[in-house]
Amino acid sequence: MCSLEKRGNIFILTLTGTDEHRLNPTLLNAICSALHRVRSEASSSSALITTAHGKFFSNGYDITWAQAQAQSFEDRKVLMDSLLRSVVTDLISLPMPTICAVSGHASAAGFMLALSHDYVLMRSDRGFLYMSELDIKLVVPPWFVAILKAKIGSPAARRELVVKAAKVTAKRAVELGIIDSAYDTTEETLMAAVELGEGLVKRGWEGHVYAQNRMNLLADILEAAGDIRTGSRL
Amino acid sequence: MCSLQKRGNIFILTLTGTDEHRLNPTLLNAICSALRCVRSEASSSSALITTAHGKFFSNGYDLAWAQAQAQSYEDRKVLMDYLLRSVVTDLISLPMPTICAVSGHASAAGCILAMSHDYVLMRNDRGFLYMSELDIKLIIPPWFVAILNAKIGSPAVRRALIMKAAKVTAKRAVELGIIDSAHENAEETLKAAVELGEGLAKREWEGDVYAQNRMQLLAAVLDSTEDSRIGSRL
Repeated sequence: MCSLEKRGNIFILTLTGTDEHRLNPTLLNAICSALHRVRSEASSSSALITTAHGKFFSNGYDITWAQAQAQSFEDRKVLMDSLLRSVVTDLISLPMPTICAVSGHASAAGFMLALSHDYVLMRSDRGFLYMSELDIKLVVPPWFVAILKAKIGSPAARRELVVKAAKVTAKRAVELGIIDSAYDTTEETLMAAVELGEGLVKRGWEGHVYAQNRMNLLADILEAAGDIRTGSRL
Repeated sequence: MCSLQKRGNIFILTLTGTDEHRLNPTLLNAICSALRCVRSEASSSSALITTAHGKFFSNGYDLAWAQAQAQSYEDRKVLMDYLLRSVVTDLISLPMPTICAVSGHASAAGCILAMSHDYVLMRNDRGFLYMSELDIKLIIPPWFVAILNAKIGSPAVRRALIMKAAKVTAKRAVELGIIDSAHENAEETLKAAVELGEGLAKREWEGDVYAQNRMQLLAAVLDSTEDSRIGSRL
């Protein structure tokens, strides 16, 4: 489901296989375990890159699995939501810079996973970022909105994503301030991610200081992710 | 440590001497007193300019003083933090427009002091803005983050300051939306600040109304200065 390798100082977490990397409990738990390992092996010259194989970075929650048992639909959605909150919280408290090399489509929860990294790089030859919820009659939870607000400065860009379900290619995403940079292919994206990671690692920052500064910067996300209310009410 | 003069309607608070203007209790108390003076002599055509002599606007807290007594280190940091919160709260509630003429390096708490003014003008021939904390293994307190959030619109720029400890020259700071304008040297910066101050003073706003409106605009900053937590916790 996911592999963890080390390239010099850089950890590379890959969502393996050529499927949609749907975020079901199995994959989310595998990611959690990988992050635990990264945390335990961290040094002051570490960085993490998250990427994926195939056409999809991640197409979001495993709705099919949730629907497989009618009476468990809500519970299964709550479980995936709870596990993704853990993963995002882990990423935000990880004692090293984090980089997402978006290697394909990133939709809904998959898009949130990507945005939860410090730096987001993406291939421009295929794939798009997409908050699909409006199109599939789902409600974007407040904690997803907190991530979008913390990472995307333009209200118009946030509106495009949340209430227009825009499908945004890498180049357009750079223009809109959604991601940091776009590259011709997956290989180039990963190469750039490694280069960025090595540059950040050279600064020799103290891991837990980096983590705490990030947690203070992204306090709004942590607060929202810790909040189990399901939505705003008038 | 600091002097207060009046040029027509404009109060000019100068951090005197050619040292680093480290924000220790002595300097912070002197600034507090000066601001009290300004407040008592305010009229509806007043404005405040804060500037400094020498190569540094302010290089941040006086860590050397804090470290001078091992057992008092934490207490001394808490004292400087408390006094800076007072100064910033005073500035945000000051019944007149405030302008910072950044005359040299402004780091960490020194950068925050500058950013706590309504308008920030800076010399471009030397000096940079620098949230140094990550490089010196310190944690940026949430209330500093609140100021940066309130004054800087771009998440990528806030990330560059907090998570990358970028050293930003005046021209670049204007491009990034961190400050308002860059000027050739310290004299030109002060001249521009006086001109700006006189223009604002001509509007003859009611001081209390100006202050209240600013406090509403920066309510999140004021909330956060009242919060004594040192950081986000999971």
